[in-house]
Amino acid sequence: MPAASDALVRARSLTKRFNAFTAVDGIDFEVPAGGSFGFLGPNGAGKTSTMRMIACASPVTSGELRVIGMDPRTDAREIKARLGVVPQIDNLDQELTVRENLEMYARYFDIPAAVARQRASELLEFVQLAERAKDQVEPLSGGMKRRLTIARALINEPELVILDEPTTGLDPQARHLLWERLYQLKRRGATLIITTHYMDEAEQLCDRLVVMDKARIVAEGSPRQLIDQYSTREVLELRLPDADRGRRNGQLDGLADRIEELPDRTLLYTDDGERALDAVHARQIPVESALVRRSSLEDVFLRLTGRTLVE
Amino acid sequence: MQRSGSLAPAARVFLRNWLVYRRIWYRSLFFGFLQPFMFLTAMGVGLGGLLVASRAAFGGLDYIHFLGPGLLAATAMQVATFESTYPIMNKIMWGRNYEAMLSTPLGTRHIVLGELGWIGFRLATVAAIFLVVLTIFRITATPIALLAVPVTVLTGWGFSASLIAFTATQRNDLGFSWIFRFVINPLFLFSGTFFPLTQLPAPLQVAAWATPLFHAAELIRGLILNRLDPATAPLHLLYLVVFAAVGVALADRNLARRMRA
Repeated sequence: MPAASDALVRARSLTKRFNAFTAVDGIDFEVPAGGSFGFLGPNGAGKTSTMRMIACASPVTSGELRVIGMDPRTDAREIKARLGVVPQIDNLDQELTVRENLEMYARYFDIPAAVARQRASELLEFVQLAERAKDQVEPLSGGMKRRLTIARALINEPELVILDEPTTGLDPQARHLLWERLYQLKRRGATLIITTHYMDEAEQLCDRLVVMDKARIVAEGSPRQLIDQYSTREVLELRLPDADRGRRNGQLDGLADRIEELPDRTLLYTDDGERALDAVHARQIPVESALVRRSSLEDVFLRLTGRTLVE
Repeated sequence: MQRSGSLAPAARVFLRNWLVYRRIWYRSLFFGFLQPFMFLTAMGVGLGGLLVASRAAFGGLDYIHFLGPGLLAATAMQVATFESTYPIMNKIMWGRNYEAMLSTPLGTRHIVLGELGWIGFRLATVAAIFLVVLTIFRITATPIALLAVPVTVLTGWGFSASLIAFTATQRNDLGFSWIFRFVINPLFLFSGTFFPLTQLPAPLQVAAWATPLFHAAELIRGLILNRLDPATAPLHLLYLVVFAAVGVALADRNLARRMRA
């Protein structure tokens, strides 16, 4: 039978229900081979449930799912042999050392001990943990544990690596180191699937992404395409005096393509933020502070769902 | 699911436990010796010395001969219980070891088989050391006593598999104290380990007869003292085999359900 498509993962009407609750509501997507594919959305959007179905950890309720051309319902073992999984919550073996974590995990894949040793050494170099090889896992920092988990996910030389919120809870420095490693990984030709609720992460790492909200996919494209399609080039962020709220009725009308009122600030979407700010001043509207910035995926999300990503 | 390859993946789960255990094996073996040695000195020699007039009640045996083999059966239950409650809960929930294993080609069946294989190994070492202690006290009668090792393992598998099945249904560790208080402790005290069931009121005798530990104690005692009753021994063995088989089936089902949620 000829391959249906080149996609590494293909979902049609993919659905996950837990009793009455629908976590994933009939989504369609295709993850092409090579590059990194993102699932962007707030907590509870259905990202993790989707990842767990792809990773054969959770059964598909209905719809079709193919992973590396196989069906998770019948070929789970074969699929898992070719996947790397970095879960949202660390599940390193606390009773083993750093190196043992990699070597033991390799044995679960039936990788011979000698090969496991060599790959463990290479991967510890790759994630910059070689000097911690003999340490226990527990004293490692959050960023180190994440890197070790990523190294572990690579031990079987997977074709597809699934990373579920890889940098949640890490400090900025640890995040940047991790992003850099993931970028290197991508350059080596691995296909990555990344979920995140950080727009900067999605912009940094993802070549293509889908935006999820309330169990559905609401948009798909490259970060640039999504911003071009759903937002303006620039955004003027205004903080207005609280007392003026409600009395503003229409003061800002006509100054931007679109205006979003958030609890703490007002966003004016326009291709020229500076000109819009000049116009605000010209109308003598009192402003506490103003900021002109480029549009981001956060703005795309706000446009699509009426809510911010990280609340 | 490849049926042929069930044991090799299960052996990896066993190997993981060995990797952890090899750091503490000497401690484990030392306590495995110390515990029965102290128990038999205190209760067998010390207390048993006062029970000389009651030999008839113990089937014409010195108390220590009655107690020693019964204690091995009870130890099998206790070791299996210990190994199958908190450590399993940890691997399901707190440490998420099983989640990690299931991201590899391993399945829940391999995990159940690997854990039971490991507990079987632990029980075999516990039983072997126990036999050494019993021999020091001159309780073992003939080499037939060596058959108490597989029976100890079988007994432990029954308890272990049942408790893995139970643990797989629990969302926290509160259920364990319930199990310890109302199942394990009563079995320990009233299953023919410390005194013959005939000492119990008739209804309790029937209840005790129905428990797995009673059958384990009877069988192990018969093997160690070479006093097996050919009429009842196959029934005791059959009971233990069924107990273990039902436990394994439940453990396999419950762990699969838990991990696939």
